[in-house]
Amino acid sequence: MPRFELGQDPGTDFGLLLRRVGLTQPAGAGAVPDAPHATTCVALRHADGVVIAGDRRATSGHLISHRTMEKVVQADRYSAVAIAGAAGPAVEMIRLFQVQLEYYEKVQGTALSLEGKANQLAAMVRQNLPAAMQGMGVVPIFAGYDTRRDVGRLWDYDMLGGRYEERDHVATGSGSLHAGTTLKLGYRGGLDRAAAIALAARALWEAADADSATGGPDVLRGIYPVVAVIDADGWARVDDEELAAVYAAIMDEAREAHS
Amino acid sequence: MPYYVAPEQAMKDRADFARKGIARGRGLVAMRYIDGVVMVAENASQSLRKISEIYDRIAFAGVGKYNEFDQLRVAGIRAAELTGYQYSRDDVDARSLANDYAQLLGNSFTHGMKPMEVEILVAEVSLAGENDQIFHIMYDGTVIDHRDGCALGGDSDAVTARLREGFTEDLILDDAVRLGAQVLGGERVIPADELEVAVLERGNGRRCFRRIEMPSDVVASAESSEHEA
Repeated sequence: MPRFELGQDPGTDFGLLLRRVGLTQPAGAGAVPDAPHATTCVALRHADGVVIAGDRRATSGHLISHRTMEKVVQADRYSAVAIAGAAGPAVEMIRLFQVQLEYYEKVQGTALSLEGKANQLAAMVRQNLPAAMQGMGVVPIFAGYDTRRDVGRLWDYDMLGGRYEERDHVATGSGSLHAGTTLKLGYRGGLDRAAAIALAARALWEAADADSATGGPDVLRGIYPVVAVIDADGWARVDDEELAAVYAAIMDEAREAHS
Repeated sequence: MPYYVAPEQAMKDRADFARKGIARGRGLVAMRYIDGVVMVAENASQSLRKISEIYDRIAFAGVGKYNEFDQLRVAGIRAAELTGYQYSRDDVDARSLANDYAQLLGNSFTHGMKPMEVEILVAEVSLAGENDQIFHIMYDGTVIDHRDGCALGGDSDAVTARLREGFTEDLILDDAVRLGAQVLGGERVIPADELEVAVLERGNGRRCFRRIEMPSDVVASAESSEHEA
C-alpha cells in the first residue's frame, strides 16, 4: 500500500502517483513504421447537450488493421473523448484519463469541473509531445455536459497540447476536412437530438466517401460508427438500430441523387 | 537510569490508548441487505465523511481520528487504482486490501510513535450476492471477517448486540437504514440530519457505491408508519 512523506504526496494526480511508484513506461525510442492509426471523429452541440461520433476504422499504412475500433469513449458520467492519431498511445492516454478523473473524484470527494477535465487532457496530450515528434501524435476531441452551467461544451486540441474551446462543432483526424465542411454546412443553432445525430452521421459518411482511412457504415457486418449523446442525464450511446435507420435514410438520399 | 517495561504492559498501554481514542467518537454500523451492503454512521458533519468509495465494488468506512482514517482511505484508493491500472479492474479485491490495511495498522501499533486511533471497515459486494464481504480491521491490525454485519466505534459492544438481535436475512434498503439508525442510537433517537448513509448496490452499474443523500426521508417514513400502527 503506497504511503508518502509529507511533501512527496502526489495528491490527486494519478500520473504523478504512477511515476512515484515507478510504474511509467519509458517513451518510445523511435518512429514505428505503419503503426495503427485511428481516423475521423466529430462532435457538435445541440439544444440539450452534445453529440460525439467516430468511425470504426484503424489503418496501418494502406491496410485496414481494425474494423471495430472504438475511438469515442466515455470518460466519466458527463464527458467523452474521441481520438484520432496513433492508436496505441491514444488508447493508453484515454485509459489513464478515465482513471485520473475517477481517482480525483474519489480522493477529493467531488468531481473535477468540465473545464478542469479539459485542461487535464491538454496536459496529457502535451506529455505525449516527444512521441508526437516521431509521428505518434494523438489529437483528441473532448466533449461533455457542464453541470454547473447546464450546457454542452466542446474542445479540440493540437499535438502540442493546445486546447481550444469550440462554439458549435469540431472535427479531427484524416477525414476532418470533409467531415468539418459537412458539419459547417449542415449546422444550425438549437438542433434537436435526432437532427444532431443525423448531421454527425452524415459528416462521417462524407469523410468515408472521400478519405480512404475513414470507414463508412459496414452494413454487411453490421458495424456502425460510435455515436453518443451527452446531456443532463449523462452519457448515452446511440444504439445500432437507430444508426442503421439514420444511414438507410442517407443512402436513400444518395441513391436518389444519382438516379 | 535505564528503565524496563514488560512487553505485555507496553502492548496493553498502547491498546488502552487506542481504544480510548476510538470510543470517544461516534459509531458506525454496516450490514448486508438484499441488494448489497449498507453502511450507516452517526456523523454531525455534512462534509467530513466517514464512509467513502474505494473502487467499483469496494467501500471504506472509518471511525476514530479523522485525519488518520482519511489517510488510510486515500492509501486504499491508491492501492486499488494502481492494481486496477496495472492489471485489470477485475483483479482488485477487498480481501487483499484488508490485508494491506492490517499490515499497516499492525506495524504502526507495534513500531510507531503512537498507535493509530482508528478502526476501519472494508466492504465488497459480489456480482451474484452470495459472497458479499465485510472486513473489520482493528487499531492493532486484527482483521475480523463478518457475514451479516458489524459495528465500529462508540459503544460498539452494545450496538453489536442490538444489531444481532434486529438483523434478518433479505432486508430491503429502507428497513436496513432504519435498523442501522436504531441500533446506533439505542435509547436515544439520532437526528436524521446527523446520519451518513451509503450503500454498495449490486446492479448500480460498474460503480456500486452510492450515497443516500436524504436519509431523513427514510427515517421520517419509518416514524410515520409507526404512528399509523
